[in-house]
Amino acid sequence: MHKRATRANSPPSVVAMLATARTFTLDGISARPVRVEIDVRRGLPAFSVVGLPDPAVREARERVRAALSNCGFEFPLRRIVANLAPASLRKAGPGLDLAIAVALLTASEQLEWKALPQVAMVGELALDGSTRPVPGALAIAEAARELGAETLLVPTGNGPEAALAPGIEVVGLESLAQLPELAAGKWRPASPQPLPLALDADRGGGDLADLRGQPHLRYALEVAAAGGHSLLMVGPPGAGKSLAASRLPSIMPPLAQEEALEVARIASACGKLTDDFAGPRPFRAPHHTVSPAGLVGGGNPPGPGEITLAHRGVLFLDELCEFRRDTLEALRAPLESGWVSIARAGSARRLPCRFMLVAASNPCPCGRGETDAECSCAPQAVRRYESRLSGALADRIDILATVRQPSAEAMGGEAGEPSASVRERAGEARERQASRLGDGRCNAEMTPAEARECVLSEGAAALLAESYSRRRLSGRAHDRVLRLAQTIADLAGAEAIGREEMAQALQLRRREA
Amino acid sequence: MSDPRACPECLRRAWLLARLAPYIERIATGAPGSRSPELLRLSDEDLAAVAAPSVATQVLAGVREIEERRLRDELRAAQCWACCRHDTLYPEGLRDATDAPRALIGRGDPALLEGIEPDDAVTVVGARRATAYGREVARELGRELAAAGLVVVSGLAFGIDGCVHRGALDAGKTVAVLGCGADVAYPQAHRSLWRRICEQGLVLSELPPGTGAWRWTFPARNRIMAAIAGMTVVVEGARRSGSLITADLAADLGRDLGAVPGPVTARTSAGPNDLLAGGACLVRDAQDVLDAMLGPGARRLERSGPSLDPQLRAVLEAVEGGADSPDALAAALDLSGAEAAAALASLEAHGYVSCSLVGSYTRTMLKPSADI
Repeated sequence: MHKRATRANSPPSVVAMLATARTFTLDGISARPVRVEIDVRRGLPAFSVVGLPDPAVREARERVRAALSNCGFEFPLRRIVANLAPASLRKAGPGLDLAIAVALLTASEQLEWKALPQVAMVGELALDGSTRPVPGALAIAEAARELGAETLLVPTGNGPEAALAPGIEVVGLESLAQLPELAAGKWRPASPQPLPLALDADRGGGDLADLRGQPHLRYALEVAAAGGHSLLMVGPPGAGKSLAASRLPSIMPPLAQEEALEVARIASACGKLTDDFAGPRPFRAPHHTVSPAGLVGGGNPPGPGEITLAHRGVLFLDELCEFRRDTLEALRAPLESGWVSIARAGSARRLPCRFMLVAASNPCPCGRGETDAECSCAPQAVRRYESRLSGALADRIDILATVRQPSAEAMGGEAGEPSASVRERAGEARERQASRLGDGRCNAEMTPAEARECVLSEGAAALLAESYSRRRLSGRAHDRVLRLAQTIADLAGAEAIGREEMAQALQLRRREA
Repeated sequence: MSDPRACPECLRRAWLLARLAPYIERIATGAPGSRSPELLRLSDEDLAAVAAPSVATQVLAGVREIEERRLRDELRAAQCWACCRHDTLYPEGLRDATDAPRALIGRGDPALLEGIEPDDAVTVVGARRATAYGREVARELGRELAAAGLVVVSGLAFGIDGCVHRGALDAGKTVAVLGCGADVAYPQAHRSLWRRICEQGLVLSELPPGTGAWRWTFPARNRIMAAIAGMTVVVEGARRSGSLITADLAADLGRDLGAVPGPVTARTSAGPNDLLAGGACLVRDAQDVLDAMLGPGARRLERSGPSLDPQLRAVLEAVEGGADSPDALAAALDLSGAEAAAALASLEAHGYVSCSLVGSYTRTMLKPSADI
């Protein structure tokens, strides 16, 4: 008596057998459900995959064929059609292997699994039938839960990552050979331990204590971290700009649970999740030859770019003036909105990208600075640098930190303040901002209307007015200074912005040409 | 825009120069006798014969055939006007120079030239590749001299020239003398500055509208700058630079020469330092220029900033002593990074120091009130 695993009600037939399995394909950073339907019928032996498979999916035929035979199953010498529904969705990646294999085993009656309708699965198969991890397991686990699946079958390597999603049972499968026992309920692996979320500590990155001397740069970093302000560092090569930028995530306030999950989801979809823990603030430093698509995302199907990978973390553009102009231009809108929309014919993606922009540049192409008598740069080259430093992207930068070669005493001196204590101060300042502006918002995101509601002391207002009237400030810079001053006041725990805080904000602000 | 008043004969000289420009470019070298100001002394016929012997007659005939109405139409179309040496508007200073252009084509306010004597104008020039110090001095000189009522003349080039114009525009009148047509913004990057000068000041050239810049036209316009003003001040410039050509030309005309001193180790200040060694007037601020031009004490500049408390005064002294970043200042005065930043911002707000695009601080020429 034939038994249909998924359609118990349909009339039995020996001519053709049908089975389905649920799986997911990754689209950008989100998972889309796919139903694998396998039809096995009499005819010349053949195996075809339909339903917009990309080459990696089409090659699943060979992997599945070898994996089945090598695990002691029989590959049916029949006419096999695998349909991937919905047929209009483009399926990419090798993650569909497992579902195709399971559906095929069910259709050919080699596997009987009553609970199959409640099971979703994803995984790549090796030729010996063992499973290989796939990207995006976290997003897939969440999507499976949303769709009402009770169990998610994943390769063992993806177990800890998929287990981060609450509300769904994750089963780590090592090999196809374990399937019959699992289906029969005779064997159940231990639930994988979810990856620890790095919520508290500055794990992975270095410590700010490595930055010796440079009190001004330290101060600028602290203000930037406390208010989420974007930062531009200008100084000669080797003065510590890259070191400072890489330590920035370690002094930013810890991520909330939900934020850390977001970060982990993106890292998982891009296959960038480490084995130790998930969700530290990312630090991305693309090389200056990066293309616009590489930076903001692109390709077909559209994939995430560096700015999405830097979501909730730091995007560091070293040698800002060497980046292509169109690349920098592409950053403007995402920087403002925290989202990037990538539209392609037939598909559009909206990817999150709320990152902190940190840029570094030499003062001129030779790095010595125009004021140095040794500087040999042509005036045109210097002007090109200046135009980048005051161009459209620079308009979005709040803080200018001048970096100088640290003195010999500072280099040999004691280590600086460690990240932990700076992070604590920055965290307190963020809490004040959240209570004033609403959850999760920081001073850098204040609207002009909100900025004008900042409470100024008399001295601060006078100083700001004097700077403004001397035409040393533009209207836009005026609001920027207010936001900066508010952050400095938050750091100091002051109710109103005092004269001292205003002066510091005026000094820290980015200069305009 | 007033009607062009130059006579057609003088105007045709300008058009002739434009047509000969590529030929002159070929023969104008640094050698004595063939520098462009010297070539331009020649009459129309001689110049054409020297510069373009093969096509001299055609070019001359071609220029003579241009109708007066066409000349005027072209000027009007470019929003320019012209005056020639037969005109009262023609600057008195240019009449001293034998090689002065016969006609001047201007864009902007002709009233700036009305009755202008050499003592009413000062030329400030300098290197295109200028240091922050040079820029600051240039801007301040431009501002103060214009505020004192002088017409500030410069060449709209990058670096010092641009800063002089900007400073002068803030406070008074400025004239830009170009090496291309008055309607051509050259260099391109100074387009907005050129537009501002067209609106608030005056742009002059000896070439007809639309003429591009050639190498030889720059020394040529230098002779106009040198002649028009009673004094030429060089802010920064290497030896053998264009600014020194202007200084030479001014000295040949018997004009006063001033130079802003710079570090003896700096290549950019070698030119002015040489001029000083040769007897040029030492220029530390606008008052020095006024004293040299009009006699000591003839016109006094009164300008000082707000008074400073002792701490800010100490910070200001440290900046004068070379501390150009918050860190350097903090190290020099043993302040915290935040204190140093606040002090610098206060000084900047008062106008005592300025900060460049890349964040280095320089002292401005503003003096604290108690010093005076």
